Amino acid sequence: MREIYFDNSATTSVCKEACDKMYDMMINNYGNASSLHIKGMLAENELTSARKIIADMLSVDKDEIYFCSGGTEANNLAIFGTADVKKRLGKKIVTTAFEHSSVMECMAQLEKKGFEVTYIKPDDKGNLSPEKIINAIDKDTILVSMMLVNNEVGSIVPIDVASKVIAHKKLQAYMHCDAVQAFGKMPVKPKKLGVDLLTISSHKVHGPKGVGALFIRKGVRVSPIIFGGEQQGKVRPGTENTSAIAGFGEAVKQIPSDFHQSHMNMLHKVCMDMLTKTDGIVINSPCNAVKNIINFSVPGIRSETMLHHLSLNGIYVSSGSACAKGKASYVLEAMGLKREISDSAIRLSFSELNTVEEIEIFYDVLVQGIQTLARAK
Amino acid sequence: MKEVILIKLGEIALKGLNRRSFEDVLIKNIKQKIKSLGRFNIEIAQSTISVEPLDADIDMDDVADRIGHVFGISAYSRACAVEKDMDAITSCAVEYLRDKLSFAESFKVEAKRSDKKFPLKSPEISAEIGGVILENYPNLHVDVHNPEITVTVEIRDTMAFVRANAEKGAGGMPVGTSGRAAVLISGGIDSPVAAYMMAKRGLVLEGIHFASPPYTSERAEQKVCDLMEQVSKYSGRMIMITVPFTKIQEKIHNECPEELFTIIMRRLMMKISQRIAQKDDCHALITGESLGQVASQTLYAMVCTDSACQMPVFRPLIGMDKTDIVDISRKIGTFDISIQPYEDCCTVFTPKHPRTRPVLQYVIEAEEKAGFDELIEEAMNNLKITKIGF
Repeated sequence: MREIYFDNSATTSVCKEACDKMYDMMINNYGNASSLHIKGMLAENELTSARKIIADMLSVDKDEIYFCSGGTEANNLAIFGTADVKKRLGKKIVTTAFEHSSVMECMAQLEKKGFEVTYIKPDDKGNLSPEKIINAIDKDTILVSMMLVNNEVGSIVPIDVASKVIAHKKLQAYMHCDAVQAFGKMPVKPKKLGVDLLTISSHKVHGPKGVGALFIRKGVRVSPIIFGGEQQGKVRPGTENTSAIAGFGEAVKQIPSDFHQSHMNMLHKVCMDMLTKTDGIVINSPCNAVKNIINFSVPGIRSETMLHHLSLNGIYVSSGSACAKGKASYVLEAMGLKREISDSAIRLSFSELNTVEEIEIFYDVLVQGIQTLARAK
Repeated sequence: MKEVILIKLGEIALKGLNRRSFEDVLIKNIKQKIKSLGRFNIEIAQSTISVEPLDADIDMDDVADRIGHVFGISAYSRACAVEKDMDAITSCAVEYLRDKLSFAESFKVEAKRSDKKFPLKSPEISAEIGGVILENYPNLHVDVHNPEITVTVEIRDTMAFVRANAEKGAGGMPVGTSGRAAVLISGGIDSPVAAYMMAKRGLVLEGIHFASPPYTSERAEQKVCDLMEQVSKYSGRMIMITVPFTKIQEKIHNECPEELFTIIMRRLMMKISQRIAQKDDCHALITGESLGQVASQTLYAMVCTDSACQMPVFRPLIGMDKTDIVDISRKIGTFDISIQPYEDCCTVFTPKHPRTRPVLQYVIEAEEKAGFDELIEEAMNNLKITKIGF
C-alpha cells in the first residue's frame, strides 16, 4: 500500500543529506567537541559550521545560537531562564491561549510559583487582535512569549505588535517567540521580529529528532535550567550532540530561499478547493494561515475515527497536536469553537515532498469515510 | 516612496583639495561592504552619500547594519525619498515614521532646504508638517529642545528626504586612505582592539601571528583567525601571516638567561614582523601594548623592543586602562573570542621573575651570543598565509 504522509507538523522524514552527514559524524568524526586534540577540533568545526548555517538562515550572529535537545527544551530554557533572571523585577508574564504545550505547561508551573500569567485569547478564526496584545503588556511584564505560527490551525500571530510595544515604550520584558512551526516555512528573522529569544527545532525541517536551538540575542541573559560543564557558555551545558547538530545544519542548508512556497501554494489551493466544495466539512484554519497546515472538521465523525480510517488506508494525518496524545484540542477550545467541531478536527500538514496526486487519493478516502463511517449520536 | 540610506561624512568632509580621493575610497568601501546584499545606486551629492537599493528584496536592516561598520562615516540614517511636493512629503512623514511616532511622546520637525527654489521656507515647512503629525498622533506633543524624535525633512536638488533621528556611524577615516600596516596579534584582548583602532584611522591591516606548536594548539590559531575575522567586519578583508616560532622559542629557552626570555622573544618578534612588513609593503607595525600592563610593557622593556626595529611602531592602547580596552573589545565583538582559554605564544615559557628594567646592552649581548639569524631565516621561508574576511 502506498504511504501518504500528511503529518509534517508533527515531524518530518530526515533528508538524505542530513543522514549522510550524521553517519559520517558518528563513524568518522566522533570526537568530543570540547577535547583539545585535533579530533576534538574537527568535531567542533562541524558544530561551528552548523551554527553558522542556522545563524545565517535567521540573519543573526552564530554566537547567538544555543543548541539543545529540541523545541520543548528551548521553550523551557527561554521561559524559566527569563523568569529566574527577572523574578525580582516583576511577576507578570503575557502569552497566548493557544501556545504549544511546552509553553503552556511552563506557564502553569510558573503560576504555581506565584507568577501572574495573562493568556490572550484568539478569536474563532484563530486570529489575535493587536489591541488585546498592546493592552496586556505593561511595565511590570517580564516576559512575553508568543508563537509565530500556531501548530494546530496554522494562524500567523502578529508578534511584532508585542515587540514594538516593548521596544518603543522601553519596557523591561523579554520577548520570546516559539517559531518551531514557522522556521523553514517562511522567513524568520529574530531581529526584524524584534524578539530576544526564539525557539526552533530540527525535526520539523527534515532534520533528526532530539535537537533544536534557542536564539538568545546578544546582551540578553537567561539562567540555565540544567547544570554541568563549560559548554555553550554554561547556558546549556553537556557534551554537544555533534551528529544531530551537524544533521540539523545539513537539513537547514537544504531549505531553499523561496521555502518551496509555490509548491505549497499549489497543494494548499488544490486541497482547499476540494474541501470547501464538499458538504459536511468545516474549515478551521484562518485565511491568513500558513499554506502547509489545513485544519478542518467533519462534524459528527470523531477525529480519532476518521484518523484511523485514513491510517488504515496508508494516509497519516493528525487530530490536533501530536504532543497532546489524542486529548481534545485546547487550541480549538480557546478559539471558542463548538465541541462538535473540536471533537472532529483533522489537521493536514504538508511538506515539499507531498504531491497533488496524494491529495487526490486522500480526498477519495476522506469522502468514502464521510459516507460510510458511523456518526456520533 | 522608496527607502534609502543617507550617510554623513566624518572628518574627511574637512579635507581640502584632496577630499575627492578620500570620498572615492569611502564609496569603494561602502560598495564592497554591501555588494553581497544586492544591487545599489551609490551617489555623493552635497557632502552626503545616498545608498539606494535597486532590487526589491533587499533587506535595508542588513544594509544599515553593515554601513554602521564602515569607517569614515560620522552618522547615517534611513530615509524615505519622495518627490518635492508638500503633500507627498507630509503624507510620507506621517506614514513612513508611523512605528516611531506612535510610541513616542514628544517630537519636533526640522527642515533643511538646500534647494532655495522650493516655494516654502524651512520654518514654514516645519510648521506645516508638524501640524499634520500632531493631528494624526494625539499621543505626541511638540518639544523643540529635547524631543524624543526629530523628524528631519531635507529638500535637496532632485528629491526630498524624510527621516527620523540619525544613527551614529563608526567614525574615523576610510580604510585605505592611510596606507598599510601590520598588526602583531596574539589572541589576547588587546591586540584586536589595537588593530580596530588603527583601521579606524584609515590603515589597511595585515595580521602577523606567531605559532609555536606543540606548545600552542591549532585551536589557538583558529582563535586568532576568528578574532581577525571579527575585526575585518570593520577593517575589511586582510591577510594573516602565521610565523612558525617553535624553534626560536626553544632556543631562547635553552640558551638565554631566564629573566630575559620575554624581552628577547618580543625583540625577535619585532625583527621578524619588520621583515614581513617590508616585504608586504606595510610601513608600520601595530601592537596592543599598554604601558606597565605586564613586564614586557614597561618603558624600559619598550626601549629594548623598539631598538630591534626601525619602523614606526603604533601602540594605540599605550595610555589606556585595561577596563577601557575591555569595553572596546566588547563593543566590537572580540571579547568573547579573546577569553577562550588556549595557550598562546606569549604565555609559553614565561619566566618566574621577568626583568622589568632590562638593560639594552645586556639584552643584545645575550641575543647575539645565542645567535638567531639562521632560525629567523628559516621562519621567513615557512610563513603561512591565511585569507581573512574574503
